[in-house]
Amino acid sequence: MLDDLVEKRVLITGGSTGIGAAAAKAFAQAGAAVALHFNASGREADTVAAAIRDQGGTCHLVKGDLIQRGEPKRVVQAAVQALGGLDVLVNNAGSLVRRTPFEDLSDELIDKIFDLNVRSVIAATQAAIPYLEEAGGGTIINVGSIAGTGSGGPGASIYGASKGFIHNLTRHLAGLLASKNIRVNAVAPGVIATPFHAATPPERMEAMRQSVPMGRVGKAEDCAGTFLFLASNAMSGYITGQTIHVNGGQLMA
Amino acid sequence: MSTSLFDLTGKVALVTGSTSGLGQAIAGGLAEAGAAIIVNGRNAERLEASVASFRKRGLKAEGYAFDVTSEPAVVEAIANIEREVGPIGILVNNAGIQRRQPLVEMSTAAFEEVIKTNLTSLFIVGRTVAKGMIARKGGKIINIASLASEVARRTIGPYTAAKGGVRQLTKTMCVEWAEHNIQTNAIGPGYFRTELNRALWSDQKFNEWVEARTPAARWGLPEELIGAAVFLSSAASDFMNGQTIYVDGGLLASM
Repeated sequence: MLDDLVEKRVLITGGSTGIGAAAAKAFAQAGAAVALHFNASGREADTVAAAIRDQGGTCHLVKGDLIQRGEPKRVVQAAVQALGGLDVLVNNAGSLVRRTPFEDLSDELIDKIFDLNVRSVIAATQAAIPYLEEAGGGTIINVGSIAGTGSGGPGASIYGASKGFIHNLTRHLAGLLASKNIRVNAVAPGVIATPFHAATPPERMEAMRQSVPMGRVGKAEDCAGTFLFLASNAMSGYITGQTIHVNGGQLMA
Repeated sequence: MSTSLFDLTGKVALVTGSTSGLGQAIAGGLAEAGAAIIVNGRNAERLEASVASFRKRGLKAEGYAFDVTSEPAVVEAIANIEREVGPIGILVNNAGIQRRQPLVEMSTAAFEEVIKTNLTSLFIVGRTVAKGMIARKGGKIINIASLASEVARRTIGPYTAAKGGVRQLTKTMCVEWAEHNIQTNAIGPGYFRTELNRALWSDQKFNEWVEARTPAARWGLPEELIGAAVFLSSAASDFMNGQTIYVDGGLLASM
């Protein structure tokens, strides 16, 4: 059913590690051409690209710091140039930045969290829409979070709110872009063991694991199938505006 | 990986109420993805014709006629299926009915009939099949919810109450059975052109309303549910549990 992903042109932001990297490999294995955006993790991005190319896949690397104004647009345009167009945009780049008690949040930290998780998604999407239209339609997949439906864990108030923003924006864009044949959905991961949780204390990880009905935290690969499903018109052509939670049943939203 | 991720080869899939409409489309889709399907309905004659049509497409299909609201019939049928075909790895609780009437005019019997068929049957079939899945340490259950799991319209009170219940029962199945490696999720179809909905799509005014109200500006086609059913039946969704995916052309997302 995924045959329609063959030769689809896919840009994944924040694709050097974790969920983005697993999604990039899965898209390549389904026959899509991938543009992988990265920022700080150049070595990891090279490793992902090499793994994809070893399998005969296509992977272009695009570096950029998405919190800088103008960069999301430049990254999208560079990806379009490398791929020869765009069919799927995966707005995956995002970060909790650092856990900070609400009363201690500085303007600078708030800006950083919102610039990456919200503004960069808006700007990348704005930049991508004309190219998706040019392709006759396409798919945007945002990455939300269990924190966007719950309330964000300790010290993650702004991160949680930023992901709630993404869930809401996903619904708005679904309605706005349907007439252009562009579907917009989101994947909302739960607790997934990736570099995202590098700074999460082990005892907190264990507490979170125990709150997952399936009794385990997720792997980056656990989200890959959902990205493929949402990108394929053959599989999900009548689905738009949905946020799909991949969390082992942790939050019954 | 990506092809095997969605592959259902070697699985036995029971789809209740699968001789017509959405159930028929889903059963066909699971079979195309490799599953051996168990077709179910109450009417033996229609069931036989339906099985024959699946086999004509080169698909593996067996028919079992039973009423999903009768516990003894369900228990007997599940035992027969698992003995004769194999352990059920995928259950799609699809069977459902509709009775359209304003609440003040509706008989209690009609209300209860809808609740029994659209909600209680999921408990009966679900837990009967789950007992085997628990013993085998794995399985996929897909409950068919509806737009009516979230929103309401006049004249379909018991349907709306039942489908809201389906969404919550899905979560309960998740929390009780997740530790046994059973994933229970739901699919909530929007407006699809099926027999159940004939009263709606044959009404020109309603037709126009659906097209105007749905961002995709059209009704769904039954085969457009297949992707979600295959996804939720396959390893691609192994860490998804307790969720409802709405396949509605964007209707719920837009005001």
